[in-house]
Amino acid sequence: MMSYLFLLPAFGFFLLFVAYPMVKGVYISFFDYSLRDFSFIGLDNYISLIKDDNFMKSMGNTLLLVLITVPIVIIFSLFVSMNIYKKKEFARSFFRGVFYLPAVSSVVSITVVWGWIYHPNYGILNYLTGLFGMEPVSWLGDTRTALLAIIVVLITTSVGQPIILYVASIGNIPTSYIEAAEIDRATPWQIFRKILWPMLMPTNLYIIVITTINTFQCFALIQLLTSGGPVYSTSTVMYGVYEQAFMLGHFGYASAMGVILAIVIGIISIIQFKYFGSDVEY
Amino acid sequence: MNYTTNPLELKAPIIQSKKVSAWRKELTIPKIIATILLILATIFFIFPFYWVVSGAFKLQTVATTIPPEWFPLKPTLQNWTELFKNPVERWMFNSFIIAFAEMAAICIVSSCAGYVLAKKSFPGRGIIFTLFVAAMALPKQVILVPLFTMLADFGWVNTYKGLILPAIGWPFGVFLMKQFAQTIPGELIEAAKIDGSSEIRLFGTIILPLLKPAVGALAIFTFITSWNDYFSQLIMTRSTSMMTLPLGVATLRGEFTTNYGLLMAGAALASIPMIAIFLMFQKAFTQGITMGAVKG
Repeated sequence: MMSYLFLLPAFGFFLLFVAYPMVKGVYISFFDYSLRDFSFIGLDNYISLIKDDNFMKSMGNTLLLVLITVPIVIIFSLFVSMNIYKKKEFARSFFRGVFYLPAVSSVVSITVVWGWIYHPNYGILNYLTGLFGMEPVSWLGDTRTALLAIIVVLITTSVGQPIILYVASIGNIPTSYIEAAEIDRATPWQIFRKILWPMLMPTNLYIIVITTINTFQCFALIQLLTSGGPVYSTSTVMYGVYEQAFMLGHFGYASAMGVILAIVIGIISIIQFKYFGSDVEY
Repeated sequence: MNYTTNPLELKAPIIQSKKVSAWRKELTIPKIIATILLILATIFFIFPFYWVVSGAFKLQTVATTIPPEWFPLKPTLQNWTELFKNPVERWMFNSFIIAFAEMAAICIVSSCAGYVLAKKSFPGRGIIFTLFVAAMALPKQVILVPLFTMLADFGWVNTYKGLILPAIGWPFGVFLMKQFAQTIPGELIEAAKIDGSSEIRLFGTIILPLLKPAVGALAIFTFITSWNDYFSQLIMTRSTSMMTLPLGVATLRGEFTTNYGLLMAGAALASIPMIAIFLMFQKAFTQGITMGAVKG
């Protein structure tokens, strides 16, 4: 009996604020639920979504964001971790701190400074590219560069946790394996490919999955830097959910978007588990 | 290497190869390139923070000059006095009160639940734990809209209740505490039971002190997450007085003209508390992240 009492607060909050809204989210996606209306319309929201060019563009942007961001985050964090895991505790803390800073400081602060760096007239980026003779670019205002500009900021905010995890995991790999390989004159690349990468598989899987989910959920960067513009070039599904629900009041339509996004994330996570979830243990 | 030679003769080549490997570690070209890249990446990551802090002490006219002034030659506090003409104290108070409340509540409910899930057996335990884990793996997108409509029905929009309570149903906290509680030896619990201590006493005097490192990590993690939970705060606040510090700072951006000095002062203020907390407790925080990722 006592056990249930200990469990009750956490489980109660969980049921009320996580489990119930999840079920309700699926439920209201079948309704025309707006400020004026609440009527059952079956699959109409989903049918409209498929025909909605802006939604399709947002979905494309979201997938592009994941496809570019996740591999770069993995490669970058692995690179940093491999270079710092052997260092003294002080140096390790220093580097972990540096790369975690953007994740820990408020996303609002990150976006205001990047908004300034990217500014077409007095941004420092145009000044620097100008030194090399490049014409000034409206980084966030040009459909060709806006998504790229967002991706750069997104990567800086995403690498902190992977680096912490990789440093810990690489530190856990018995050094004798690497030393033995070095005695056999394996090249650093061979050591990485044949020893480190396979032994890091459980960590890789976790990092790939959380980075993918975080990228799908990326919202504040987009709202604060571009508001999805110009002409939907940086809009994502998450931003679309916000726009439809909280700016236009289309709760049913936004819920359907959320359900589709959740399904897409679910499918991608399953693929990742299948592909990377080989049962390497050490 | 020729393995048919006398074992004694093997000594020399091994020592030599170790030396070669040590030398290779120190000085090869890839190593030098890697170090340079690491330094460049470090500069790239630190620069925006330097730019925020130096910008916070620049006059508006200086902040928008090209070529940029790399260091504020005539530092000014004008941005800060300008910043505090906004209800900044109120925003800070909101941010801190929300983060502290969420932190305390999550730590309490998660450690209780984590302990019984790890150390007790009772009907439904497996299902309940599976539910927590499944919810952790599932994306939150589906929740946001229905959660908001639900809280709107409760009349909780733009209230502390609406900002604090939904965050407490956080399965990650339970998961983290369960993982950690599993490492507590069962004998300790048995011994305390034989001594006749009640469940609540047992939890308070034995379990909780043992869970302390995990609770610490969870506390810092929760605090930072709560402070930076921009989306929830954005949709749950309506009035300027209910805004959190990051939200308030976001409103300082002008539609067409932006006072960058003022904005940088706000940005610095919004991140400094979290950076300070992170640097102070980096060890516990790092352990928390690692613990949550280790398979159970």
